[in-house]
Amino acid sequence: MSSQPTSVAVRPDGTAARPTAFQRWSVPALTLAGLAVLLWVGQSGALTKYTQTVIMFMAVNVIVSASLNLVNGYMGEFSCGHGGFMAVGAYVSSVLGVLLFAKDRVFGPPLLPPEWALVGFPLIVLVGGLAAALAGLLVAIPSFRTRGDYLAIITIAANYIVISAVENLDVIGGSRGFMGMKRVVKAMGRAWDLPWMLLWSFGFAVFTLWILRRFVYSTYGKGVMAICQDEVAAEIMSVNTNRMKVAAFMLSSGLAGVAGGLFAHIVGYVNPGSFGILKSTEALVMVYLGGMGSLSGSVLSAVLFTLLLEALRPLQIIKWIVVPLLLILLMQFRPEGILGNRELADVFPGLRRFFRFK
Amino acid sequence: MLSTIVQNLLNALQWGSFYALIALGYSLVYGVLLLINFAHGDVFMVGAYIGFFVATFLLTQAAGLPGWVVLAVTIPATMALTAVVGVTLERVAYRPLRRKGANRLYVVITALMAGLILEHGNLALLGASRKKFPELINEVVYTVGGVSFTNLKIAVILAAFAVFVLLHFIVTRTKIGMAMRAISYDKFAVPLMGIPIDTVIVFTFILGSSMAGLAGVLFAMSYPVLEPYMGALIGWKAFIAAVVGGIGDIRGAFVGGFLLGAVEILVVAFFPSTFRDLIAFTVLLVILSFKPTGLFGVAKTTKI
Amino acid sequence: MAVLEIRDLTHYFGGLCALSHLNITLEPGTLTGLIGPNGAGKTTVFNLVSGFYRPSRGEIRFAGRNIAGLKPHQVTALGVARTFQNIRLWKDLTVLDNIRIAQHHRLGYGFADAVLRTRRFRRREAEIDAYARELLEVLELDHVAGELPKNLPYGLQRKVELARALSVEPKLLLLDEPAAGLNTADVEELIRHIRWIRDRFDVTIWMIEHHMDVVMELCSHITVIDFGETIASGTPEEIRTNPAVIQAYLGDDEI
Repeated sequence: MSSQPTSVAVRPDGTAARPTAFQRWSVPALTLAGLAVLLWVGQSGALTKYTQTVIMFMAVNVIVSASLNLVNGYMGEFSCGHGGFMAVGAYVSSVLGVLLFAKDRVFGPPLLPPEWALVGFPLIVLVGGLAAALAGLLVAIPSFRTRGDYLAIITIAANYIVISAVENLDVIGGSRGFMGMKRVVKAMGRAWDLPWMLLWSFGFAVFTLWILRRFVYSTYGKGVMAICQDEVAAEIMSVNTNRMKVAAFMLSSGLAGVAGGLFAHIVGYVNPGSFGILKSTEALVMVYLGGMGSLSGSVLSAVLFTLLLEALRPLQIIKWIVVPLLLILLMQFRPEGILGNRELADVFPGLRRFFRFK
Repeated sequence: MLSTIVQNLLNALQWGSFYALIALGYSLVYGVLLLINFAHGDVFMVGAYIGFFVATFLLTQAAGLPGWVVLAVTIPATMALTAVVGVTLERVAYRPLRRKGANRLYVVITALMAGLILEHGNLALLGASRKKFPELINEVVYTVGGVSFTNLKIAVILAAFAVFVLLHFIVTRTKIGMAMRAISYDKFAVPLMGIPIDTVIVFTFILGSSMAGLAGVLFAMSYPVLEPYMGALIGWKAFIAAVVGGIGDIRGAFVGGFLLGAVEILVVAFFPSTFRDLIAFTVLLVILSFKPTGLFGVAKTTKI
Repeated sequence: MAVLEIRDLTHYFGGLCALSHLNITLEPGTLTGLIGPNGAGKTTVFNLVSGFYRPSRGEIRFAGRNIAGLKPHQVTALGVARTFQNIRLWKDLTVLDNIRIAQHHRLGYGFADAVLRTRRFRRREAEIDAYARELLEVLELDHVAGELPKNLPYGLQRKVELARALSVEPKLLLLDEPAAGLNTADVEELIRHIRWIRDRFDVTIWMIEHHMDVVMELCSHITVIDFGETIASGTPEEIRTNPAVIQAYLGDDEI
């Protein structure tokens, strides 16, 4: 396989040369193939609604774990308030969606024709992400002066602040929660009968990985890794650490917001309780299960973790004993997670022929 | 007017006492191990449940015992049993990791997970129904100059101050207390000086957990409804209080605890009570943003 | 114009005076030494110049501009690079990445360019990469480009750190004990290397060093500080025979 050095576009020092045609088109091709399969799955009814929901949760979890990995893995901080940013995205996009495209008891008739949801949906999800990115400043700014344990506390506080703020906003349901997103999803379906949520979940997951990979493996984004490994050296050797932190935190929380928006529209109902510390803990579990600083690890762990949660669902409350126990065992025996800080291509070099990981 | 202020002050002191007692556990462990023992809030919850079982057991098995006797047995028994829980946690979950020289982060995650296991283990074992803590002593309401307070409230506050004095004495005057402080200064030199580091760590966990047990009983007596998640929120808050005070410092834990109590009572005095958490957490976040290592914390200087 | 002009630089840690009234002028292309016993405040001077500390008092003029109070990365962007007493490479990023990241101040593109892979991004990345490779080649480090610093021997790590500092394209290079931990043969090589770097890269070099051989051999001018005070300043010859310096190093006792 590696006897033909020309086919593997990797220099001896491990850096990538110009991409081959294979490498250039592998991702777009795979994405299209994935969308086609999902389209078929959704239309033909080959998979039950339940299975489809699990697939969507997988996609959401991929976004959650990959985005948290940017901060906790690549930047080496310990952020445990990811759920809070998901909440911001979920609420902003849900309220916007219902306001614009659905009839609601509180907000009245839709402001726009419901069929516009077709175009509007990705936009409201992105706006939710944008709002979450702004909320990320809540954590990013304190991170200029403090890190490690102290920053961890700030992230927890931020999580609680978001949750209690939502609980105190009666317009959007307070602690009772907010619903009506199903009507937005239905409006899309009425305009054009496709399994929209399935497609968008997948699409946004790919988008997340795309944006994160490009960020993290550019010289610009590698500043984040420099901060992780030696912040003092990074700042003194020309990296504007404050700017990098803002970029990383905002990107990470923004993508969490996107995940939150998707989650809200998949479930059709949100309440503040579903974005508490438990949600943040789930995100942490996925990051450390996959491996800090490994995007492919995050994807793997998100898929596995979703399946695990579903498999353990019959256990009900015991599930939340088994899952932490698994993680404790993981920390004892393989603390670096599935992939450590390697990408799939470092484990299976043959993959480099098809895809450039770094 | 004055009576309202005193009334609120008393309430603040009572809540502050709970926070301070729990914050101590965080602070002690952090001071020695540089470990955020995220499970500590749930150790407090376990303490409350242990207190519940001990008290109920005594009331049913040895019916006729006066309430204060039951209480006098319950408190030390609960403290001891909760300490066992804390030490077990350290032996089973943290020590193996420490032995391996694992990254501090892995220990923190383990602690977080251990907390979840305690919560949901409790839920699975005892079910979701809430437990009502038995009334052990008659709550007497005194009213002095328009300020009303109960004997319980006073007891809680006094207990917290007694604990502070005791711990301050242990940490500054006893050999093992000095060893605890020594470890936080230089954990490499201490074993070389012949100090048994594991003993010191176990002692730290005993201290921290037994105080959480004490807080559990006192809390359960004051607010006699027990549920598995009761430790989570109060634990996080106590933890944040410890940090605001300057984690690793006993004075910090108390100051942070009382400060948090005061902030919460103030908020409730002026806003709807649902704003309590929101504003309390915001105030803490602001304090931390300006004074990142807390009020008593010493900024660590990076050496290059 | 002088590359660096320090006037009356004073710094306190709490109440402790770590540095008082330091005055130094570095002319372009010179090699200058900063020596003194342990704890004299030498690294504090470098930390002040590179912006890691904000001076309590005094002026640091770099190429005529007062840089006191700027952030470290801003100082670096102006052309001041340094190495550290204890090597501070990014140990889990390749040598090549270490060199590339130290060009952060002249990336010339931002977040959006990185994500969208704009033409500017691709051009700049290619240039950064080419520059890094060329630098490694010039410094004869190209054979370790793909290695992680943590896997390299100590001497090579020192060289890589020097390369990283050079990739900033500095006008002023601060070397904090470059000879620490090197054996005699390596020290000989280091002396040649530093001189060559000064000529090849046209930088002004200011170094802290405990190896008197290195300082005396290389530097045209030396400043000696002790307890934050400047106790002597002059040519190697003057320093060698200065009684205050001898006393600071050997103590008050009769020899």
